[in-house]
Amino acid sequence: MTTSPLSTQLVDETPWRQFVRDFMQSRIAVCGLALLLMVLLLALFAPWIAPQNPYDLSKLDLMDSKLAPGSKSMMGSIFLLGTDGMGRDMLSAILYGLRVSLLVGVVSGVIALAIGASLGVSAAFFGGRYEQILMRIVDIQLGFPAILVALILIAVLGSGVEKVIIALITVQWAYYARTARSAALVERNKEYMEAARGLGLPTWRVLLKHLIPNTLPPLIVVGTVQVAHAIALEATLSFLGLGLPITEPSLGLLISNGYEFMLSGKYWISVYPGVALLLTIVAINLVGDQLRDVLNPRLAR
Amino acid sequence: MFVFILRRLSQTALVLLVTSLLVFAGLFVIGDPVEILISPEADQIERERARVALGLDKPGWMQYLLFVKNAASGDLGKSFVYGRPALEVIFERMPATLELATVAMLISIFVGIPLGLYAGLKPDSRIAKGIMAISIVGFSLPTFWVGLMLIMLFAVQLGWLPSTGRGPTTEFLGMQLSIVHWDGLKYALLPGINLALFKLSLIIRLTRAQVRENVLLDYMRFARAKGLRKSRVLGVHLLKNIMIPLVTVIGLELGSVIAFAIVTESIFAWPGMGKLVIDSIFQLDRPVVVAYLMITVLMFVFINLVIDILYSILDPRVRLTAAKN
Repeated sequence: MTTSPLSTQLVDETPWRQFVRDFMQSRIAVCGLALLLMVLLLALFAPWIAPQNPYDLSKLDLMDSKLAPGSKSMMGSIFLLGTDGMGRDMLSAILYGLRVSLLVGVVSGVIALAIGASLGVSAAFFGGRYEQILMRIVDIQLGFPAILVALILIAVLGSGVEKVIIALITVQWAYYARTARSAALVERNKEYMEAARGLGLPTWRVLLKHLIPNTLPPLIVVGTVQVAHAIALEATLSFLGLGLPITEPSLGLLISNGYEFMLSGKYWISVYPGVALLLTIVAINLVGDQLRDVLNPRLAR
Repeated sequence: MFVFILRRLSQTALVLLVTSLLVFAGLFVIGDPVEILISPEADQIERERARVALGLDKPGWMQYLLFVKNAASGDLGKSFVYGRPALEVIFERMPATLELATVAMLISIFVGIPLGLYAGLKPDSRIAKGIMAISIVGFSLPTFWVGLMLIMLFAVQLGWLPSTGRGPTTEFLGMQLSIVHWDGLKYALLPGINLALFKLSLIIRLTRAQVRENVLLDYMRFARAKGLRKSRVLGVHLLKNIMIPLVTVIGLELGSVIAFAIVTESIFAWPGMGKLVIDSIFQLDRPVVVAYLMITVLMFVFINLVIDILYSILDPRVRLTAAKN
């Protein structure tokens, strides 16, 4: 990142430290970050934390099914968040589901970022016909709601983890491409780019080492918001039964499974996975909001 | 203007072409319609006959041309499940979806704009902050989750409103509508609120931002300085000026309300197009899926076109032909 020489003289701080300090200024954003870290750790270490392996069908006992939160199992252990229709411990199912949801959201987000950013930056860099056609495609795609695009793809491809990821990438890449292009258009005409070109560096080096790193801040902001969107969209697709297979239940599928029991008052099967989904999305959005403020050069403090 | 519409129309044709290619690829190349159409006990000769009847013996590009030709004449195939033309099945369900979309849009407009106005005029008041907090919540919560909570609260716990299904319909203006009577309307309330929540948040935030921007402008100061009544300044001068971006967004959201109805209809078992398409995907009733996607895309593209044209009429500063980039 380029900081102007003046500010580095006045404030004896690295850009990173400055960034951290700026970020910490909002208490609610710090709460969001703490929550997000907690969610990530829980998801990462789910196999060690979870009281039960929810995929291991031999461990399940139908006698334990639909127990209210806090009740005791046949084996004497306590189900903190109750059990579902198959006698699965909800807490364990949620921890594993969180893993699946986050994985799908992050993987699709990162791939979409890579594709969208390279297309967007190259569009700004090369311009001409290529830029026009690409941006027209972006415009057209962004005119359609994400759920419709995802539905078309799922209807065509069928469901499954990799298909959901493909659908999510297709839905998201256009946002990144648009953001990357507008950021690159600004950066393209700056002096350091002229200097890099003047030095006679090869085009790929100018692109990779100079242009792309400087378009990253806005992309990171869009990225956090998009990951939250991707997680919500995956949950929606899974809820509709079009997303992930039952063998790898994400939070959306858990909510969907609990739906049939909700009308008979067994709320916990559906509500707790929903709360987990909600906390994750809200935490990501809080962090994203603060990142937008901190990384926005117009609001530079 | 003319050039603009022409360009947009050609773009529309392109979008439809790409969508149909995608859908066609999924329909005929990846899957085998014969496997689904013909009973498993059918022998080789019967299979072959069905293959010829469906045109599957022809090369791929010819099949596609045939598909396009039939689609252009309004024939998108027969539903496997209902045994009737797919388009007919969809048009039958359309009033239910449009009804739900209308309820949702009305809620978001008539609740959203007043709340947005208030939040914009008194940004520091506690109520305004509460309104904004609600709008943030409405933005970040997934629609289906809110729907479940609505059912749990109002249908299961309080028992005020029915949880699923559509109320009794009556003939109204040649359509079977349920919302003209309270008996039917109460069924539409929960799904309507559910579908409205996202749009509502959007409209609140947009109205607020517009109001905040406009109250500082000279024309507002002048109107106040003229000694006009407050209601006139707000109702006529301010509202007129913030309407332009609002109309655009509301128009664009009309299409997305219909797309998002897929989710709401599935939760509330509302018998509209969205529920139909989800059911059809599960039953592998491909002609209906294709017809739904084509119709929705067509509707979307059409709405976008109308909005663009309306925008240029509402706001003379926007010159469509100039927007060539």
